[in-house]
Amino acid sequence: MANGRDARVRAGRAVPRLKTGACFRLRRVRVEPGVKQSRAVLAAATLLALAPSSGAVELSGHLAFEPRGFTQSPAHPGQNRHGLSLAVQPELHHAFDDGRQSLLFTPFLRLDTADDGRTHFDVRELLYQRVFEASELRIGIGRVFWGVTESRHLVDVVNQTDLVENVDREDKLGQPLVNLTLIRDWGTLDFFVLPGFRERTFPGREGRLRSEPFVDTDRATYESGAGRQRVDHAVRWSHAIGDFDVGVAHFHGTSREPRLRPLPVCADGRPALTSGCRPAGAVLAPRYDVVHRTSLDLQATRDAMLWKLEALHESGPGGSYLAWVAGFEYTWFGIDESGTDLGLLVEHLFDGRGGNAPQPLENDVFAGVRLALNDEAGTDFLAGVIADVEGDATTLSLEASRRIGERWKVELEARAWIGVEGDDPMFPLQRDDYVQLTLSRFF
Amino acid sequence: MKAAMKALPLIALLAVALPPDAGAESPEEKGLAIAQEMDRRDRGWGDQRAKLAMILRNRQGQESRRAIRVSTLEVEGDGDRSLTVFDSPRDVKGSAFLSITHATKPDDQWLYLPALKRVKRISSANKSGPFMGSEFAYEDLTSQEVEKYRYKWLRDEALDGRKTMVVERYPEYEHSGYTRQIAWIDGEMWQVVRIEFHDRKDALLKTLTMKDYRQYAGRYWRPGLIHMVNHQNGKSTELRWSDYRFGTGLGERDFDRNALKRAR
Repeated sequence: MANGRDARVRAGRAVPRLKTGACFRLRRVRVEPGVKQSRAVLAAATLLALAPSSGAVELSGHLAFEPRGFTQSPAHPGQNRHGLSLAVQPELHHAFDDGRQSLLFTPFLRLDTADDGRTHFDVRELLYQRVFEASELRIGIGRVFWGVTESRHLVDVVNQTDLVENVDREDKLGQPLVNLTLIRDWGTLDFFVLPGFRERTFPGREGRLRSEPFVDTDRATYESGAGRQRVDHAVRWSHAIGDFDVGVAHFHGTSREPRLRPLPVCADGRPALTSGCRPAGAVLAPRYDVVHRTSLDLQATRDAMLWKLEALHESGPGGSYLAWVAGFEYTWFGIDESGTDLGLLVEHLFDGRGGNAPQPLENDVFAGVRLALNDEAGTDFLAGVIADVEGDATTLSLEASRRIGERWKVELEARAWIGVEGDDPMFPLQRDDYVQLTLSRFF
Repeated sequence: MKAAMKALPLIALLAVALPPDAGAESPEEKGLAIAQEMDRRDRGWGDQRAKLAMILRNRQGQESRRAIRVSTLEVEGDGDRSLTVFDSPRDVKGSAFLSITHATKPDDQWLYLPALKRVKRISSANKSGPFMGSEFAYEDLTSQEVEKYRYKWLRDEALDGRKTMVVERYPEYEHSGYTRQIAWIDGEMWQVVRIEFHDRKDALLKTLTMKDYRQYAGRYWRPGLIHMVNHQNGKSTELRWSDYRFGTGLGERDFDRNALKRAR
C-alpha cells in the first residue's frame, strides 16, 4: 500500500530440524483437515443465505497463477524440477445492523501439479462478528495476528501454520474460535476459547522443500487424550502507551509447533513397531505437546526507527525454554526525487532449545533491505539474509512485487540456501533453491 | 489597485473578526490571526465521513484510480483522528490507516494489512513521501492544526473573482518536504482555495487548487474537487470528494486499533 509498507517481510526460513534417514516409498499423503470442511462450507452458505436482507453480500478476493522452478535437480525420486500452482481465495462479507454485526466467509483452494501435499482446501474464515460499545465478540473460524517482528512471527500462536503455502510460515490455517474483546482505558483484553486443533501442513513425499525423511501427517500423535478435540485457551492484553505498542499473552493448549520424531516403517510404509516387519526406513511423525506459553511483544516507535521485541517462555513435557526475536527497522524516507524509501531491518533470533529446537533458527541473525519506490504501481523489493551465528548456513531471499493496472499484481520470490553442511537442520533444502512467479488477479 | 479595492470589505471583515488592534499588527501576527480565525470558524463539526476518488495522471495523461473512504473525528485541544479505508486498487482493498494527529508532538499512525490481519505501528516521520503513489504527500493530507506552522500575511488579492488573503506558512514540524507554502484563503468561506508548495531548495514544486466548495450543516465549507499539479515531474492528482456526512455519531472508539482491524 502507501509506501509499500504492506510489503510483507518474508525472510527465508527453512523446514523444521530433521534427523537423517533413508527415503522410502509410501502411499500418498492425504491432507488431513482439522475441521469438517464440508460442514463449514454448508454452514457458511446457510448463514449468508439467512443473512438479514439489509445491505448486500460483498464479494472480493483473488485468483493466483503460480509457476515455480528449482535451480537444481531433485534429491528424491518422484520430485519435480518445476511446478505450477493455482490458488483461489474469494471473500464474502455481509454487514448488517448498521455495521455492528457481520458475517465473513473466506474459503481457500490450491491446486498444485507437483505436490499432492500442496493441493489443499481450507476455510480461512467463517466468522460472525458483533461489535458492542466497549467490547467485540467473534464466533466461528478466524485468523488472529499477534506480534511486531518481521523475520519470524514468534508469539503469533492462535492459528496453525499452513507450511505447504510458503516456507516463510506467514500463511495460516483457519482456527475455530470464540473471541471476546474488552476495550478499556487501560488497554484491550482478548479472551480466546479455541475448540478444535488444526494440524500443521507439510509437503508430501513428492513435494520439494521437504524434510528428509518426509513428515507423514497421518502419523500425528497428541499428548492430550482428547487429541484434536482438546479445547485450548488464550488471553492477551494489548495497549498503546505513548510511543510503545505492547502485548502480553498467555496460551495453554496444544502446541502449534510439533516435535518431529523418526518412526521406523516397513517397506510398504506401515509402522514397523505395530506390524512386526523388519524396519526398512523411517518417516517423521509429528508429536503435539500440551504447553503453557507466556509471551511479550513490544514495539517502540521513535521517529524513523522501530525497535521490536518478541519473547516467550514455554513449558511442556520436554521442559521449559526461552525464545526471542529482537531487532529494529529503520527507514530513510525519500532518498531520491521520486520519493523512494530505503529500509534496513536487523533481528536476532534465539531459541533456548538450541539444537533440539524443532525449527532451525536457534541462534541466527536476520538482515534485510527494503526498497519501496512509492510509485503508482506500488513497486517493492525486499532482500534478506538469515545467517547462523555458530555455523555457515545462510538463507538468502529476494521478493519483488508490482501492480499492473487496477486488478493485477505480479510478484517474484526467490530463495537459496548456501553453506549448508550435512549435519545442519537445513541440509535437506540445499538442493531446493527456487524462483517463483505469482500473477494475481483481484476481483 | 483593483485588488486593493476588492479587499476593502475584507479588511472591514477582519476588523470585526480580529481584536481591535488588528490594524497595528505585524504581517506575522496577521498571518497567525487569519489561521486562528479559519480554525475557529471550522470548529464544532464533531465528526465527518466522506468518499474520495483519487485520479492519478502521468505526463502522458495515463490515468489510474483509487477509491478511498475517510472518517474524521474532531478532537478539542489536540489534533484530529482519522481512519482511511482503501477500496481500490483491489490488491490493497481492506487496508486501512489510522492517524491520531497531535498539534505539536509527532502523530501516531497505524496500518492494517488484511492479508496477515496485522496491525502495524508505522513511523510518522514520513511526511514528505507520496501517498499511494500520488502527488499528495502525507503532510498534505494530515490534520492542519494552527500550531503546525509559522505564518506571515503577504497581501490581499483577487483570485478568480474571489477576495482572498495570501498567507505564507512555514512548517514547524520535523521532516517536512517544504520550506514554505503560499496559501490563498477565501475571505468569505475562510477556506484555502489554492496553495503553492516550495520544496527544500525553495523551488516551486506543486500547486494545489480546491474547488466546488459546498456548505454542510449550514456552516462548514468543504471542497468537492482538489487538484494537485506537480510542476517538476509533470504529473497531477485529482481528488473528488463526495457523500460528505457530518455528526454521524462517531466517537473515539471508532478511531482505535480495534476499529482499524474491522474497518473494511
